[in-house]
Amino acid sequence: MLKIQDLHVKVGGIEVLKGINLEIEQGETFILFGPNGSGKTSLLMTLMGFSGYEIIQGRIYFKDRDITETPTYERARMGIGMSFQRPPTIHGLKTRDMVRLCAGDREVDVEELAEKVNLTNFLDRDINSGFSGGEIKRSEILQLMAQNPSLVLFDEPESGVDLENMALIGKTARAILDGPQEPDNSASLKELQSQYRTSGLIITHTGYILDYINADRGQVLYNGILCCTARPRDILDHISKFGYKECVRCLN
Amino acid sequence: MPKLDNAAGEPRVDLGKYNFERDELPELADLKELSAEDRSRLLMAGIDAGELQRSGTYLHINHSKAHCRSCRKDVEVMDTREALEKYDGLPEYYWQAVDKDKDEFTRAAAENIHGGYFIRTKKGARIKDPVQSCLFIKGENIGQNVHNIVVVEEDSELHIITGCTTSADISSAMHLGISEIYIKKGGKLTFTMVHNWGEEVMVRPRTVALVEENGVFASNYILLKKVRSVQSYPAVFLNGRGAVARFNSILVAPKGSHINSGNKIVLNAPETKGEIISRTITTGGTIIAPGIIEGNAVPAKGHLECKGLILSDGIIHAIPELKGTIAGVELSHEAAVGKIAQEEIEYLMARGMDEDQATSTIVRGFMNVDIMGLPDKLRKSIEKTIEETEKDMF
Repeated sequence: MLKIQDLHVKVGGIEVLKGINLEIEQGETFILFGPNGSGKTSLLMTLMGFSGYEIIQGRIYFKDRDITETPTYERARMGIGMSFQRPPTIHGLKTRDMVRLCAGDREVDVEELAEKVNLTNFLDRDINSGFSGGEIKRSEILQLMAQNPSLVLFDEPESGVDLENMALIGKTARAILDGPQEPDNSASLKELQSQYRTSGLIITHTGYILDYINADRGQVLYNGILCCTARPRDILDHISKFGYKECVRCLN
Repeated sequence: MPKLDNAAGEPRVDLGKYNFERDELPELADLKELSAEDRSRLLMAGIDAGELQRSGTYLHINHSKAHCRSCRKDVEVMDTREALEKYDGLPEYYWQAVDKDKDEFTRAAAENIHGGYFIRTKKGARIKDPVQSCLFIKGENIGQNVHNIVVVEEDSELHIITGCTTSADISSAMHLGISEIYIKKGGKLTFTMVHNWGEEVMVRPRTVALVEENGVFASNYILLKKVRSVQSYPAVFLNGRGAVARFNSILVAPKGSHINSGNKIVLNAPETKGEIISRTITTGGTIIAPGIIEGNAVPAKGHLECKGLILSDGIIHAIPELKGTIAGVELSHEAAVGKIAQEEIEYLMARGMDEDQATSTIVRGFMNVDIMGLPDKLRKSIEKTIEETEKDMF
């Protein structure tokens, strides 16, 4: 699904990603840990193709196509969806219309989707205008549901969210990743997984999101370099005990 | 407003160039007598020729009234000249809010009045459907002098839609308009003005509104098409306790347009509130957007918001001013002139829109008229004009 090869990225003249290699299979959920300023958000922004993230070396492949030079909207249309941590307010653009725009040419029932994330009262408000942390997350998820991507980039789903909202966000995030079908016996789980499941690349600090989603694999991004491949739970336990400084040892 | 006169680069009006000689045109029994082309010009300015869902209509063509009627007993709509005759010169209202000697334009309008609308509600009347007025210019280099008087009597409510436009075949003309607005105790007026001029038209309106206790004045101004020069600075004085004023404007200046359009709110009584919101876009023209809120009583609140987008080389000069003359007033402003934030464009691109789609979505949001609370049909017609305008923007 996603293949990153030896990716080096500069932001404002400073190299923030220093040779990232990462592969995410179809249906796989990958968790990215790392301290503040380690380059996690930069990686997501680069994958989405935003300006200001200058690729100086390496390639990005998505669905076997080289997208290193592909414009952002093209990537979105190919199936990459991103949940923003601090999305801008767009005055005069109603949430309802934004959700419809996310769906592109597909028909979506905006009301029904909004109900799932408890946002029906926000549909007539300008997108992100005066939204709380939890409301932003839910609105981002609502947009992703309409967009129906095959790879979700999720930047800190738990930041600024209270516990009650965390449950709602966790469940809907899982629903997006798991796809529309419940597993049944007519096909093997692996088959179903590759058929329906959406891939995910999720940044987390606290790990709360791990209570809700089925994460397959995780890694720590430290100072622009990926290290410590392990099960996400184990990484989280390790970080909570020893902090990120242990990662330095791992790198040496 | 000394700084507004002779603003740098502002086209000067040569009144001698225009024909102000009164030539009375025959009255129309029905707006449907207008040509289809004229009717569509009117429609773009918010005027419904079928008079559907309207409480009254005043149509002024060139130098005289062409059609005037009220559909309700509780609102009077007539030619100002007739009102002056009927009510002994309207001593309470005629040249009582606007200073006759303010400038050459007010003097010219005082010397030779062509008419204009006189609209007055009955006390306590709630006029649900708007009264529409259109000041229409048909003919090259016509000079039009109108004097409008609006009286909203105690506890009554009124919406006036006024469209100012020229016929499609003319480009140069001059419009002088005096508007005096009186809102009595508890009265409420929504005043929506849509300008849709020819490319060489000069426009010099002079407007003052006086608002009494608990009165509300909500003014909407929409100017989307090219015009040679507009210089307009409506002022509202909130003289009674609890009075409220709001100005919303959406201005677009294509190349060749010079728009000098601002607002003034004076908070003269306790518990008054004023708000000025303007959205301006230049695609090559010049916009000067002054705004002042003056607080002379407490408690009183005022907020001024002025946002400008320069889409292609043009000038936006925002001049927000606040003046407090007493301890305890609360006045604030925010002003921004610039480009569309890259962050907003990229946000939409991440949802699958290409750059042009993203830009036009943001611009359409910027010019959103929802806040104005317009009747459905007018809102749609304005949104359609915005869409058309947008095509020339990028």
